[in-house]
Amino acid sequence: MSIPRVLSKKNRILLAELTKTDFKLRYQGSALGYLWALLRPLMMFAILYVVFAKLLRFGGDIPHYPVYLLAGTTIWSFFTECTSQGIQAMVVRGDLIRKISFPKYIVVVSATLTAVINMLINLVVVVVFALINGVEPSWTWLLVPFSLIELYALALGISFLLGAINVKYRDITSIWDVCIQALFYAVPIIYPITMVAETSTLAAKIILLNPLAQTIQDIRYSLITHETITTWNYISNIFLQVFPIILIIIILVLAVLYFRKKSKFFAEEI
Amino acid sequence: MKRILGTRTEINDPNDEITIKVENLSKSFKLPTDRSSSLKGSIFSTIRGDRGFKKQKVLKNISFEVKRGEFLGIVGRNGSGKSTLLKILAGIYYPEKGKVTINGNLIPFIELGVGFNPDLTGRENVYLNGALLGFSNQEVDNMYDEIVKFAELENFMDQKLKNFSSGMQVRLAFSIAIKAKGDILVLDEVLAVGDEAFQNKCNQFFSKIKKDKTKTVVLVTHSMENVRKYCNHAILIRDGIIKIDGSPEDVANSYSLENSERYTHNINREDQSDIIDNLGIKLLSHKQINQNDLVTIEVSYNVTDDIDTYVGLTFWDINRGQSLINSNSKQKACKGKGKKKIIFKIKPSEINDSNIRINASVRTKDGEILSYYPDEKSPTIVFRRNDYQDMNHKTTDSILFQRGECDVVEE
Repeated sequence: MSIPRVLSKKNRILLAELTKTDFKLRYQGSALGYLWALLRPLMMFAILYVVFAKLLRFGGDIPHYPVYLLAGTTIWSFFTECTSQGIQAMVVRGDLIRKISFPKYIVVVSATLTAVINMLINLVVVVVFALINGVEPSWTWLLVPFSLIELYALALGISFLLGAINVKYRDITSIWDVCIQALFYAVPIIYPITMVAETSTLAAKIILLNPLAQTIQDIRYSLITHETITTWNYISNIFLQVFPIILIIIILVLAVLYFRKKSKFFAEEI
Repeated sequence: MKRILGTRTEINDPNDEITIKVENLSKSFKLPTDRSSSLKGSIFSTIRGDRGFKKQKVLKNISFEVKRGEFLGIVGRNGSGKSTLLKILAGIYYPEKGKVTINGNLIPFIELGVGFNPDLTGRENVYLNGALLGFSNQEVDNMYDEIVKFAELENFMDQKLKNFSSGMQVRLAFSIAIKAKGDILVLDEVLAVGDEAFQNKCNQFFSKIKKDKTKTVVLVTHSMENVRKYCNHAILIRDGIIKIDGSPEDVANSYSLENSERYTHNINREDQSDIIDNLGIKLLSHKQINQNDLVTIEVSYNVTDDIDTYVGLTFWDINRGQSLINSNSKQKACKGKGKKKIIFKIKPSEINDSNIRINASVRTKDGEILSYYPDEKSPTIVFRRNDYQDMNHKTTDSILFQRGECDVVEE
């Protein structure tokens, strides 16, 4: 699977066609259709906002906290959607895999691309809310795509790795659901990282070593407020600063190698 | 971890006359003795140490070649490895050992329906399928009208596929496969597709493609009629081994023979009399015959009582389930105890193509059956005429050629 073959015209066409299909089918048969791509994360945000910002009064000292929260939940929904669709992709498309020979990675990538499209739409909403909320546009907005690419690389790595295992052991889907729940609380999405830092700076630092926390905080920093605590401005050790990125690269490389090795037998095992 | 030693390569060399080359291909499947598709089951059986696998060899060291323009028929009983071979050719399964080389663009049609999505319209499915087969949207644009026309679904293409009848879905899938611009067409048991009108259309298509020297077709089928009609090269697979690689006629006849031998029929052994023992039938002539051959059969038995006996003989048509020719030795009935041996010579010149089982029974002079030879052990013969005018017609058609005299009387 050399690079030119991966990006060959044939494969690009198939990727586009499968992504189009996935996106079209996702909201087919629902009255509001594509609107749900926007409504779902907004509704989730509304719930979290009422519970955590209004009732529990989290994030009192963070400027633009509602947008800060919205950005976090948007990125988080992207990650969960991306990974759960990616892991399931091989099983969902099992019918095709048994009948036609084509590069299997396309199935996984197309499933995650739907999540990417949804996320981009949602990001526009976040920006609109940010502007309404009085956030000043800044040159650091240009850094957001890099953080998103980093996060997508992580989601893709997890999808390839767990998706390949899921072909044989369907338990992975359930296990990942639980992991997602645990991760949600391990990442400072609803609570500000300062709350943790007040009790233990070590705990806050450990939390920030998680690539998910690192990317989400980076995006908040670039997009909303430079007062955001990030991995690189909270941890001084340069090696620990790059740890999340290294971790993502390792996961992605291992995942691709494993997926390539296993993909030859998907048709037999699925 | 499975070690992969086999390879499958795709090339595109129009100067090479060989489009499919299979060298020493082997494939086996690991069948877990304990089938757990959950992590828990797998972990527990590993701990218990009973995580066994049964290795099922499906293809054993197979080699063959297909030339450009050939129409290859692959026949074999269920489970003989035909479909696995086809899936390896199509690149769906990976070869375990050996080398597979495909020269040209291969279009597979494996199992019914090529992975259609029920929530997409017919049109969208055609484009998705085209992309899966490696065609760009422009290329599909060019084939689209022909596909729809062949499938006769012009008025349905904007309907969702779930509103298609199953026959319509198969018709569409089949039309895509055969109208796609491919060099090699790989088809698995598809000729029973659609209604009679559509089947006729497919017949015409296959007759046409047979003459096309640029297209290679590989067809897995159980219909020997189709093998004779379309193929110019055929392979018989039995238990993962190529038994015959040769002419469609040879392969079709051997396949019919193989199947007729395994035909078994329930018989009631209770009413076998113990007066007769060691009843045996031996076919002394060839198993494969035509209208000019003589069938010689030896029937032997032992009589333990002092009675007169004779043998009844039946040529039983296995496929149609009826008797074709009856004979007996009543005129030369055997007297008393002892070993008896009767030889029959029959020339079945007036029958149509059939697979025949020879049944024999020993009777008293009043016709009461004392013993009969078990069906599953009876010798079988394959009868094929070679005096047809038009071999393209159904060879089992019973009104094909003229017998006796026939006059047209005009009033």
